[in-house]
Amino acid sequence: MLRFLAVSKNFGGLQVLQDVSLAVPERGIFGLIGPNGAGKTTVFNLITGLLAPSAGTIEFFGERLNGLPPHQVTRLGIARTFQNIRLFKEMTLMENVAVAVASRPRYGALSALLPTARYREGERLEAERACELLARVGLLERAHRVAETLSYGEQRRLEIARALATEPKLLLLDEPTAGMNSAEKQQIMEEIVKLDESGLSVLIIEHDMRFIMELCREITVLNFGCVVAHGTPDEVRASTEVIEAYLGAEG
Amino acid sequence: MLAQQFVNAISLGGVYALFALGFTLVFGVLNVVNLAHGAVFMLGAYAALQAALSFHASLPVALLVAIGCSAGVGWLLDKLIFAPLRSRQAPHLAPMVATIGVAIVLTSLVEGFFGPENLRFPSEILPAATVNLAGVRVTWLELQIVSLAFLLMAVLFWGLKRTRDGRALRGLAESPKAAALMGVNVEALFRSTSAIASLLGGAAGVLIALYTNAVFPHMGQPMLHKGIAVVILGGMGDIRGALLGGFFLGFAEVFSVAYIGSTMRDAVAFGLLFIALLLRPEGLFGRAAQRRA
Amino acid sequence: MEWLESTWAIYGTLVLSLGTNVLLALSIYLTLACGMLTVANAAFMGIGAYTAGLLTVTAGMPFLLALFFGSLLPGLIALLIGPPTLRLSGVYLAMATLAFGEVVRILILNAEGITGGALGLNGIPQFAGWFDVALAVGLVLYVLLRLSRSRIGRAMRAISQDELATELMGLNVRAYKLFVFVSGGALAGLAGALNAHFTFFISPNEYGFERAVEILAMGVLGGTGSPWGAVIGGALITLLPELLRGLGHYRPVINGVILIGIILYSPRGIWDLLRTRRRSLRPSPVQ
Repeated sequence: MLRFLAVSKNFGGLQVLQDVSLAVPERGIFGLIGPNGAGKTTVFNLITGLLAPSAGTIEFFGERLNGLPPHQVTRLGIARTFQNIRLFKEMTLMENVAVAVASRPRYGALSALLPTARYREGERLEAERACELLARVGLLERAHRVAETLSYGEQRRLEIARALATEPKLLLLDEPTAGMNSAEKQQIMEEIVKLDESGLSVLIIEHDMRFIMELCREITVLNFGCVVAHGTPDEVRASTEVIEAYLGAEG
Repeated sequence: MLAQQFVNAISLGGVYALFALGFTLVFGVLNVVNLAHGAVFMLGAYAALQAALSFHASLPVALLVAIGCSAGVGWLLDKLIFAPLRSRQAPHLAPMVATIGVAIVLTSLVEGFFGPENLRFPSEILPAATVNLAGVRVTWLELQIVSLAFLLMAVLFWGLKRTRDGRALRGLAESPKAAALMGVNVEALFRSTSAIASLLGGAAGVLIALYTNAVFPHMGQPMLHKGIAVVILGGMGDIRGALLGGFFLGFAEVFSVAYIGSTMRDAVAFGLLFIALLLRPEGLFGRAAQRRA
Repeated sequence: MEWLESTWAIYGTLVLSLGTNVLLALSIYLTLACGMLTVANAAFMGIGAYTAGLLTVTAGMPFLLALFFGSLLPGLIALLIGPPTLRLSGVYLAMATLAFGEVVRILILNAEGITGGALGLNGIPQFAGWFDVALAVGLVLYVLLRLSRSRIGRAMRAISQDELATELMGLNVRAYKLFVFVSGGALAGLAGALNAHFTFFISPNEYGFERAVEILAMGVLGGTGSPWGAVIGGALITLLPELLRGLGHYRPVINGVILIGIILYSPRGIWDLLRTRRRSLRPSPVQ
């Protein structure tokens, strides 16, 4: 479904990714790991259109993603969350999700100007959909709280709800468990399993090895901008390159 | 004749640079667009004038009075306005609008006390002598203006580079949080920056007032205008940019009045500025990156 | 009804100015609500004023048609300079729009043959009555209020908080920014066109730096959270000097002090203050 073909990225003299190829099939949970600075978030930025590749092609269902503006990439069906949570802090949970729901507008812009039936219906549908998504991540009771009053774990769940609002086929999660305790991690793990069951494909960047090994069907390992290993969790665990890459880092 | 123009350009440029330095300091360190800077400029001129009129002060003394008053105003500006807004995490436009209010207050107070007319320095204070420098006739006044402008700037640059506080200031401009973590007294530094910046603005005011021998309440407005243009060109928040931009403007003004018509010149200048901004928003030296935490 | 007429004779211009200032404040509300600091609205106001004024004076055009063109031209110019200019953000955007404003002012100043240059444009027929201004304000306010409550308003708020995240939620941020910039320009032009037709005389200096700063102050004082903020800001800036009229010479001082006071007391503007007061009194509704 998603294909990275020999993608390289450099910033001036700094080579961040070199000849990276990977493929994400239509269903399942997949991992992208590697030491800090290996280029994992760059991969996400390239997929979502925030950066353009210096070389190589990125394809999604056969369509070329190179050079598309981010909002179009999202509309094609790819959504992401961020390493440092980027919620709309001063808006309520409802509003946060509603903004993303509006990426598939339920009413035209002109209808917004007059209190037509279409506008009212559209707003109702949007609100309904937003509630649905909040319920899915267990945040419905707090719908009218302002986003920054949420706990860290709750904020991550809100981010996921917001990403889901764009009706993605592929969800990119950037370090979803960063800074969480084990109870929160368990919750997130369950969420992701539910996402997989609902038919999404999920690609996760993570540092928590146990988390990744338990969840993912396949894992790609990056180091210094190159793919050093790819395979099932067992294969990756046994790979000598991976052990070398992580020597000294947390395991 | 050309050499004479050159001297004029240096004098004018030096004053513009002083003013722009003050403006850019406040932006670079406190992240505030200080629209009261023109009013402080004007206050400096009036303070010197009052010293000369009431106490028959000599030029150096009048200058000191002006500098002292301006620095004081800058200090108060931070204490009464910038600091409270900082502690309340006000949106970044709020201090700017507050400085609009300050400018209005200062200008009307001065207009109320001194009247709207153009005032002049008493003739005793203005040195009339001229000096012959390598074939160019330079007035003592111009010489003093240029030297003072350069002296202040030199002190500023030396201070920023060599002293402990100066380095702390540069660190502060980069990242207030990091600076605070390293034990820098951030609040005190903000206050002294505001004072120094206003000091520079007030000094510029006195110098221009002496140069043109005209002091009037609204003299700050056109100066603020030009100051903003200089700072845009040189890069917001960048010291070298303000310096070079100021001199550039001084030269442009002196030489273009001689060679082009004066009104279209402004249009050309701002037109070029607009296009330049589209191509290189940071100005000549500005910081391209966004300010981090 | 005589007292009404004599009151109007004294305060008529004030009321009409209130209307056009509210329009100007609404024009900058649009861009401020998206987190964009643009200060070109004074220039757009000037373009609108001169366009409409020249059309009625020299071409004898009907008033409404002149108003239309007075809004159209600034809108088109905004559309032209928008795409390259709006790539900038923060102070750089402000500076670019400021420079643009200066260019406009100087061009008007120098096109003496058309605009009358520094002497200004005189003898503009006083077509704008309270009804025209009230209608304009009412319509625009209604439209903007509806807009701010719809998904477009939510998108604007989201853009002001995090452009990148908004883009990644599938919204075309560039299109939104261009839309508010152009609409704001057209609105400012409308305000200028109306203003020209009750002040009788216009000159380039009315649309320069001071006006731009005044408009910005209206937006910030009132608050950017809602179009009502613009109404409050516009009203405050217009009426405050009048209310202080009795204080004579030191009136501007009090004016400035009040400005400072408001910002210090409520840095996010008056609307924000009113809104938090109301929220603490009522429990939030469940939808």
